[in-house]
Amino acid sequence: MTKIRFRVNGREVSVDNAEPAATLLDWLREDQGLTGTKEGCNEGDCGACTVMVSRNDNGSMVREAVNSCLYFLPQMDGKDVRTVEGLAEPGGRLHPVQDEMIANHGSQCGFCTPGIVMSLTAAHAVGDEDHDDVLAGNLCRCTGYAPIVRAAESAARKPIPDWMRNEPPPQPRRSGVETPRFLVARDLDEFADWFEKNPEATVIGGATDVGLWVTKKLREIEKACFAAQVPELAQIEVGNSFIEVGAAVPLEHLRKFMADRHPSLSELLRRFGSVQIRNSATLGGNIANASPIGDSPPAMIALGARLKLRKGSGTRTVPVEDFFIGFKRQDRLPGEFIEKILIPVQDDHLKCYKLSKRLDQDISSVCGCFNIAVDDGVVASARIAFGGMASIPKRSPGAEAALLGRRLAPESIADAQEALIRDFSPMRVNKATTRASTAYRVLAARNLLMKFYSEAEPGRRATHVLDVKL
Amino acid sequence: MNVIYKPSEHDAAKLHVTGAARYVDDLPTVKGTLHLAFGLSDAARAKILSLDVDPVRRSPGVVDVILTGDLPGANDVSPSIKDEPLLAEGEVYYAGQPLFIVVAGSHHEARKAARRAKIEYEEFDPLVDYESAIEAESRFEEARVYQTGDAEAAVGAAAHRVEGEVEIGGQEHFYLEGQAALAIPQENGDMHVCVSSQHPTEVQHKVADSLGVPMNAVRVEVRRMGGGFGGKESQSNALAVACAVAARSTGSPCKMRYDRDDDMTITGKRHDFRIRYRAGFDADGKIQGVVFDQYTRCGWALDLSLAVADRAMLHADNAYYLPNAKINSHRLRTHMQSATAFRGFGGPQGMIGIETVMDHAARVLEMDPLEVRRRNYYAPAGSANLQKTPYRMTVEDCVIGEITDELVESSNYLERREEVRKWNAENPIIKRGIALTPVKFGISFTLTHLNQAGALVHVYQDGSIHLNHGGTEMGQGLFVKVAQVAADAFGQPLDTVKITATDTGKVPNTSATAASAGSDLNGMAVKCACDEITGRIKSMLAEMHQSSSDQVRFEGGKIVVGDESYGFKEAVHLAYVNRVSLSATGFYATPKLNWDRLMGRGRPFFYFAYGAAVTEVAIDTLTGENRILRADLLNDAGKSINPAIDLGQVEGGYVQGAGWLTTEELVWDDAGRLKTHAPSTYKIPACSDRPAVFNSALWSGGCNSESTICKSKAVGEPPLMLAISVLMAISDAVAACGNESSAYLPMDAPATPERVLKAVEKVRGREFDAA
Repeated sequence: MTKIRFRVNGREVSVDNAEPAATLLDWLREDQGLTGTKEGCNEGDCGACTVMVSRNDNGSMVREAVNSCLYFLPQMDGKDVRTVEGLAEPGGRLHPVQDEMIANHGSQCGFCTPGIVMSLTAAHAVGDEDHDDVLAGNLCRCTGYAPIVRAAESAARKPIPDWMRNEPPPQPRRSGVETPRFLVARDLDEFADWFEKNPEATVIGGATDVGLWVTKKLREIEKACFAAQVPELAQIEVGNSFIEVGAAVPLEHLRKFMADRHPSLSELLRRFGSVQIRNSATLGGNIANASPIGDSPPAMIALGARLKLRKGSGTRTVPVEDFFIGFKRQDRLPGEFIEKILIPVQDDHLKCYKLSKRLDQDISSVCGCFNIAVDDGVVASARIAFGGMASIPKRSPGAEAALLGRRLAPESIADAQEALIRDFSPMRVNKATTRASTAYRVLAARNLLMKFYSEAEPGRRATHVLDVKL
Repeated sequence: MNVIYKPSEHDAAKLHVTGAARYVDDLPTVKGTLHLAFGLSDAARAKILSLDVDPVRRSPGVVDVILTGDLPGANDVSPSIKDEPLLAEGEVYYAGQPLFIVVAGSHHEARKAARRAKIEYEEFDPLVDYESAIEAESRFEEARVYQTGDAEAAVGAAAHRVEGEVEIGGQEHFYLEGQAALAIPQENGDMHVCVSSQHPTEVQHKVADSLGVPMNAVRVEVRRMGGGFGGKESQSNALAVACAVAARSTGSPCKMRYDRDDDMTITGKRHDFRIRYRAGFDADGKIQGVVFDQYTRCGWALDLSLAVADRAMLHADNAYYLPNAKINSHRLRTHMQSATAFRGFGGPQGMIGIETVMDHAARVLEMDPLEVRRRNYYAPAGSANLQKTPYRMTVEDCVIGEITDELVESSNYLERREEVRKWNAENPIIKRGIALTPVKFGISFTLTHLNQAGALVHVYQDGSIHLNHGGTEMGQGLFVKVAQVAADAFGQPLDTVKITATDTGKVPNTSATAASAGSDLNGMAVKCACDEITGRIKSMLAEMHQSSSDQVRFEGGKIVVGDESYGFKEAVHLAYVNRVSLSATGFYATPKLNWDRLMGRGRPFFYFAYGAAVTEVAIDTLTGENRILRADLLNDAGKSINPAIDLGQVEGGYVQGAGWLTTEELVWDDAGRLKTHAPSTYKIPACSDRPAVFNSALWSGGCNSESTICKSKAVGEPPLMLAISVLMAISDAVAACGNESSAYLPMDAPATPERVLKAVEKVRGREFDAA
């Protein structure tokens, strides 16, 4: 089977031998003439290209906003895509989000508007009223967002249109799609086998990073295997000792799953990226790209997570911190892939701190994760990891040792601060770094230990700007 | 049937929300349309030793590569002094400068091919930072000086003196729609250009010169832009010219749109400034004298920098009477993108200078900064002792005192200042700050001849109205406001007026839609055209009824003559069959202007727009993170033609200004390469960055004292400057980290977490050094 099949605004289409890295955005605009969906940045930051992709989740309809600029056509197989042109009823009656955007003067230049309408529509369908989060990945340069949020609030009081309520989920596809250039796998063994035989292929989870290779670095993707439709890779299982997270579990899924178990991780994942990015981006992808500023590795290291790697039928596990060898280099063999991330089941002591220029949808300058258990006032265990402080996400054994067995107090924290800086010296940050200087990173990292300590104090004062509510 | 002063929706709102609004890249094109990309210089200052484009030509899909020698006419896209070639000639002056044009079958093929040239440079040290440009005396003009009184002496003699320096970063426009143009060759060498531009006439001019044809051979059309903010005033020239040149040489329609990274790398941004100040105050907090040195990095070409730097000087007073002032302006030439127009056009930077002075003085005088500000406001309109600006224009319309009083009340400023003080005494980690800042912004192009506009109005025999004028729509709602003026003139509902694309073939010799003047100029021109047509209808009916024109009235949708009344359609049909012209042009030139920019004297502005804002913020003293907790905005839009559209400018302008002063940071490396060329690294405000509590209003007392269209005031740029209160509030919070003996520290912009943390450390007497 070399054809991918999906629906566009309710219409069945198929594409034979698609280019593996053809973006959904280009296909919509250039092939289908659906120019309502816009290209604003071509890197998943502005949201002008947002569309709603629907899938069949055990018989029920799941609609999600995604960035069509970082979504490859093969990822569409077996799904639906709805664009801004496809929201009105057949008689022309607009979706409540569209009506309210007009009534509340939510558009000015109108270029971001289709993407905003799609994000709000996807949120409206599931009653999500955290509008700031819903819109974190939709930049508007004209309105200052206030009228858009007013529109979203008004639309929330209106029902979902009948056509959406009655729309059947897409037919699930049981078998994979294979062409000389790519595999959309639907079975783990099939995936492992194919990748072992085609180790030169690029493994693609949500394409939010590989997408940039294509749209920005203009690299060709000669061969690709798509992992996200393999059921075993897209699920979370809780065992006795480990939470087993499939490598292709989207970050949004993980965020919701972690909300009660490790709430600080859940909030870190919220700030990791916009809804659109979180709906596509996968935990395995964020680890496998080995970026020094990925947000999930420090948290995973602090939690003591291990990676289950697979090549063909063979598997091995490595601690996450050992997986990173150097800048964007990892302990991974040709044909080997991350199958699961194994997070030890534990009581929650995790605190994650993400520092960035902008609160939402920004890359960290420093990301510090502290997993510190205090027993009877004494530190019983400590795992501390940072992103943004070295060429790889890294533990701070010195800071951990400075705290272990001692009371959390200004003295032990001061020792940990000194040890932390030693662990990350000498720091090499490019002078023209766009995010923060070495001086800032060093001071902020030290201060995060102080912040952690302040938060642990009883009767604490506000410790975060978001704590201040007027 | 009143259509003015009503909150009508944006004329394209329904098209926006359904995806039906067409931007340049959405226009259907014929098969065979070609796509362009520029090959860019990687060096900031170099001689090009060799440029090998053979690999580009061999790249898949490439149809042609255009080099300087292939250009049929002028190699120039400058909006000012012809110092900006479309393609570099032998030398390059910034990293990102276009070197050649790739013409290919698709956008992607063109982009890929553009990177394949083999270029050898002989590189020189680029002038990037202020110091090296100053040291090299690299300037566009001698230092300009505007002065009144004897500022040096007044500062020297004052009871209290303050002195300091503040740095203000630039700003990327980040219009959501990147630059785009499409040129379609016509018969006989003519060219039709569709472009995302604020200045169709200039595009027409540049395209004509580049093709070596008169302007009448080029027609430029602009239906809408996906945002402009000044970034499409001159920066769209290059794409339009490239497309026209390629369309001429290939005979095919040619389209070019910048990928976002290319857009940010190639195009100019807001001017950054470094401002030194010395000021003297008396014991009551009245300013006695001030000396400013304004340094700005203009980049490699002149573009509009002189006018921008002039406007910064013209706003060095903001809303304050400066009896003795000396403003020195230094326009530095650097090897960077050529800084260009951006909403406010130098005004905001000039204002930050004096606002910093006010805060600094308040600290020294131990007064509330608001009190110092109020004591220095210009005398109110109607006062017996009106005062003059440093450039000798009498401020006749000052309403900032009234606006401030109202805002202090509605925002609860005084109680909240006390709450902030209490909070800061109790909280060691999170500090709060609050500030009220005023805005007085001069309305008119300072290049006086630009203050003109034209319109073309047709009434068809079925009574439908066709509206056209020289203004362009970039989201600001100009088209609907002007349509309201037209509908009102004919006494017809708004939906009878067809809004049409700006077109140099309909209205010629237009000015850029800029300087907040779009509604003022085009609204008046349209009214003039409409009045011409209604005048003819009146004369016709007067003659039929043996009455006089002034006895014929457009009333309640009808035309009334004595006891008889005609429906509009009926009257229009009568005019048609009586062979009365139902089409008219309109023209407007702003009155009262008289300005000598070299001397810095006269009346550059028709009037001033006013406003004020209170912003409260919180900062994290451990990380420098900061948030806007609440903003209260009160803006004077005169009698607003469309309060919904105008309020949109107020809210949107404030958030855009807040972004400029907090998260939006441009970083160049030592080699002069811009490192922040995409939204992954350049952070404009996201939804959650808007103030958590956000109260915005148009001032109910607003009414233009000059005869502007419907007594409204310009509203495009002024609200951006309300965001200066954000920077001052952050500065206030930083000051709360020190004690009484801490020195005042001007807050540099953008106030990123790093700058805020650095300031906190400095106020606490600690060094923040590079580790």
